[in-house]
Amino acid sequence: MRRPSPVMITALVFVAGFVICSLQFPNFASTRVVANLLTDNAFLGVVAIGMTFVIISGGIDLSVGSVIGFSTVFVALTTEKLGLPPLLAFAILLVLCAAFGAAMGAVIHVFDMPPFIVTLAGMFLARGISFLMSTESTPITAPLYSAVSDFGIALPGGGRLTAIALIMLAVVAFGSILLHFTRFGTNVYAMGGNRTATALMGVEIGSMTVRIYMLSSVLAGLAGIVFSFYTAAGYSLSAVGVELDTIAAVVIGGTLLSGGQGTAIGTFIGVLIQGLIQTYINFDGTLSSWWTKIATGVLLFAFIALQQGMVRLAGRSRAIRAGGVT
Amino acid sequence: MQETAEARQPLLDVRGLSKSFAALRALDQVDFTLRAGEIHALLGENGAGKSTLIKVITGVLARDAGTVSLDGKEIVPRSAKEALTAGIATVYQEVNLLPNLSVAQNLYLGRQPTRFGIVRDGEMKRRAAELLAGYDLHIDVAAPLGSYSVAIQHVVAIARAVDLSARVLILDEPTASLDRHEVEMLFRTMRGLAARGIGIVFVTHFLDQVYEISDRITVLRNGRLIGERMTSALPRLDLIHMMLGRELSETTEERAVHEKSAAAPCASFTNFGKRGYIAPFDLELRHGEVVGLAGLLGSGRTETARLVFGAERADSGTASVEGKPIRLHSPRDAVQHGFGYCPEERKTDGIVAELTVRENIVLALQAKRGIAKPLSRREQDEIAARFIKLLDIRPPDPERPIGLLSGGNQQKALLARWLATEPRLLVLDEPTRGIDVGAHAEIIRLIRELCERGLALLVISSELDEIVAYSDRVVVLRDRAHVGALDEHAIGVPSILAAIAADDAARIAEEA
Repeated sequence: MRRPSPVMITALVFVAGFVICSLQFPNFASTRVVANLLTDNAFLGVVAIGMTFVIISGGIDLSVGSVIGFSTVFVALTTEKLGLPPLLAFAILLVLCAAFGAAMGAVIHVFDMPPFIVTLAGMFLARGISFLMSTESTPITAPLYSAVSDFGIALPGGGRLTAIALIMLAVVAFGSILLHFTRFGTNVYAMGGNRTATALMGVEIGSMTVRIYMLSSVLAGLAGIVFSFYTAAGYSLSAVGVELDTIAAVVIGGTLLSGGQGTAIGTFIGVLIQGLIQTYINFDGTLSSWWTKIATGVLLFAFIALQQGMVRLAGRSRAIRAGGVT
Repeated sequence: MQETAEARQPLLDVRGLSKSFAALRALDQVDFTLRAGEIHALLGENGAGKSTLIKVITGVLARDAGTVSLDGKEIVPRSAKEALTAGIATVYQEVNLLPNLSVAQNLYLGRQPTRFGIVRDGEMKRRAAELLAGYDLHIDVAAPLGSYSVAIQHVVAIARAVDLSARVLILDEPTASLDRHEVEMLFRTMRGLAARGIGIVFVTHFLDQVYEISDRITVLRNGRLIGERMTSALPRLDLIHMMLGRELSETTEERAVHEKSAAAPCASFTNFGKRGYIAPFDLELRHGEVVGLAGLLGSGRTETARLVFGAERADSGTASVEGKPIRLHSPRDAVQHGFGYCPEERKTDGIVAELTVRENIVLALQAKRGIAKPLSRREQDEIAARFIKLLDIRPPDPERPIGLLSGGNQQKALLARWLATEPRLLVLDEPTRGIDVGAHAEIIRLIRELCERGLALLVISSELDEIVAYSDRVVVLRDRAHVGALDEHAIGVPSILAAIAADDAARIAEEA
C-alpha cells in the first residue's frame, strides 16, 4: 500500500550509524545513550510528527519553531508571574495553539494562499508575540517541573526513560495510528496526492486543511511544553530555526516533500538520526557541534536525491506493470 | 436491445438548456435524452458545446435556462458533489483519483468501514476486491492505484462512481489515451453497466468507437442540438455531415495521387536503435516526401520519433544528413541539423500556454540562433504575421496567449514554430489529435503543402485513414520494432493492417 522502502532505508542508515558509533566508542551501545537520545530529542520528535501530517498533505508549516518559543515563554510567565497551576497553563496554551493553527489553515484555504507564505507570517507573528511578553529567560520553579524531571523508568544498564521521552513515544504512537489507520489519515495522503481530485471525491478540503494545521500547532505547543520541561525555563529565543530541523527530520524519515507519501515512524527515526549525529559529536569531544548541521545537510541532500531516484524508478515499474496487467 | 431502450422512460431528460459566456452562446436550447441501459454517444466538433453541456448537467457550471430531470424529478445540482449525490457521476479523461493511495482506499475514500474510528483495512480490501470482481478485474487492491494502467484506473473510477449509486455515468473521452486492449476492457465494463440499467453518456473523438459501442448518437454543433439518431440507422457519412454541417470538400479518406520524381535523400538512419526502447531500424527520409509511421499504441512510433530527434540517445547505428554522418545525441544536435519535432502532448510538451502566439512561434528559432543573437521585435512580428497568414491561424492576433486558441490553431502555431527555423526534416507526432474534424482536414492539407515545398516529413498517427491520405511511404511498427514498409502504390488501410499483422490486425480489420 504505502511503499515501505524509504523508511527501510532510513532505518538502515540509523542502524548503520549506531553500529559505527558503537564500534568507535566502547560505551556507546548502552541503554543510557539510547534513553538520552530519546530525552534530548523529545521536543523535536513531538513537533516533527505534526510536520509529517502537514508535509504529507502537500503543505509546510514554518511557524512551529516560533510556536515552541512562544509556548515556553507563555508557560513560564503564566506559572511564575501569574501563579497559574502548570496544568491549567498547559491547557490554555494548547487551546491558543489550536486556534493559531486553525487560523493559519483557514487563511490558507479561504484565500487559497501558499502555506509557505502563511506559515512564514505565522512564524514572525508567534516569535514577535513571545518577545513582547518577555525578552529574558524566565526559570520555571513550579513543583510539577521538579517532579517531572525526577520521574524516570529505570532501564537495565543505567538508562532512564524520562517523562518527556515517554511523551514523545506516546505522540509517535498516536500519530502513527491517526495517520495510518483512520479516515483522517487517508484524507491527508489523498490531499497530498491530488487536491482537486480529493475534493471531487467528497473530502471537505477546507476542514481538513484547518485540522491539519491545527494538529501541527497543537503538537508544536506540546513540544514547547516538553522543551520547557527539558530546560526548566521559558525563553523567547528558544527553538530558533527548529522548523528547519523538523522539516529535515521529516524528509530524512522518507516523507516526500511534495506530499502524498511518508510515515510517522520514518519521521521518528529521522529525528533519532539527527540526535545520533549530535551524540557522536559529543562523544568525540574534539569536533565542533556545528558538524551536526553539516552532517544533517549531507544526509538531507542524499535522501532527497534518493527519493527522486525512487520516484523515477516507480514510474518505470508502473510502465512495466501496465504492460503486464492488460 | 435498441427497441427496448426506446420504450423505456427517459432516465435523464434535459430540456431547453441554455448557457452563455459573456457574448458567446455556448448552449442554445439544447435537449438531450438519456434512457436507462443505453450507451449514448455525445458528439460534436470542438466548440460544439459538449463539455459545456456536461458541466451544466453535473452542476460545475450554472445554467441560464432549461431543466434537467433525473427519473422524472427535476434536479438543480450546484456542484459535482451534489450531482453525484443525485446519481450523476462523471469520469474524465484524466482520471480524477489518487495515484498515491491504494486501489481500495480510492474506492472507499471518505466511506471506509471503521470500528472505533479505526479503518478496518481487511474488510475494506475484501469489499474492494469483491466490487472489482464484478467488473471482471482481479487485481491487488492494496497496491497503489498509480501502479496500474490508465484503463484499470478508469474502471476503478467507474466502479467507485457506480458504487456511489450513480445511475447516469458520463464518460468524457475515456479512451483517448488507451490502446486497443484497454479500450476493449473499458467497453466490456460499459456494456455490463448498461445491462444493469445504468445510462451512459460517452463523449469521444473516435468515430469507430462510437459505432462499436453506442446505441444512440446525439450531435451538437455550435451550441445547438443537431439531432438524435439510432447508431444503427446513421451512416458514417451522414454523421460527419451532421457534425460539420457542410459538405466535406476534402474527405480525409481520399488518397491524393502525388506525382513524384525520385527525391533526394534528406536524412537517413542505419541500424538506429536503443536497447529496451526500440529495436534497431533503417529509415530513409527524402525531400518532398511524407513518411507515415503506423502501428498500434505502444508499437514504437513515438519512440522512433524521439530517437530521430535525439530526444532519446540511440545506442546503436548511425545517422546521416544529406549523405554526411552526423552526431545526434540531443535535441540540440537535431535542431542544428535542421530537424523539428512537434510532440504528441501538445499541452505539456509543446505550447507554452501563457506566452503569446508570437512568442510561441519564435521560440525554436530563437533557441536555434542562440542567446547571443536575439531576434528583434520587428523580426518577431514579421515572422509571426507571416506564419499566421500562411497557416491561417485564427484569430489572427499574434499577441493573444496561445492557451486561449482552439486545439487546431495551437497545433498550427506549433507547426509555425518549427517552420520558422526553416527545417529540412519535420517530425509530427499525432498532429491531428484532439482537433475537430474541420481543422483536421486543414492540417492534413498543410502537411501535403509543406511536403511539396521540399520538406521531408515523418508523421505519426493512430488514424490509418489519415496516414493513407498524406503518406508517400508508410513504415509499419509492431512491438517496438519496424516490421514493414509500404511504398506509394501499396499504401491503403487494408495493406497497413495486413502489415501490422498477427491477431491484432485481424481484429481491427474486422472493425474497419
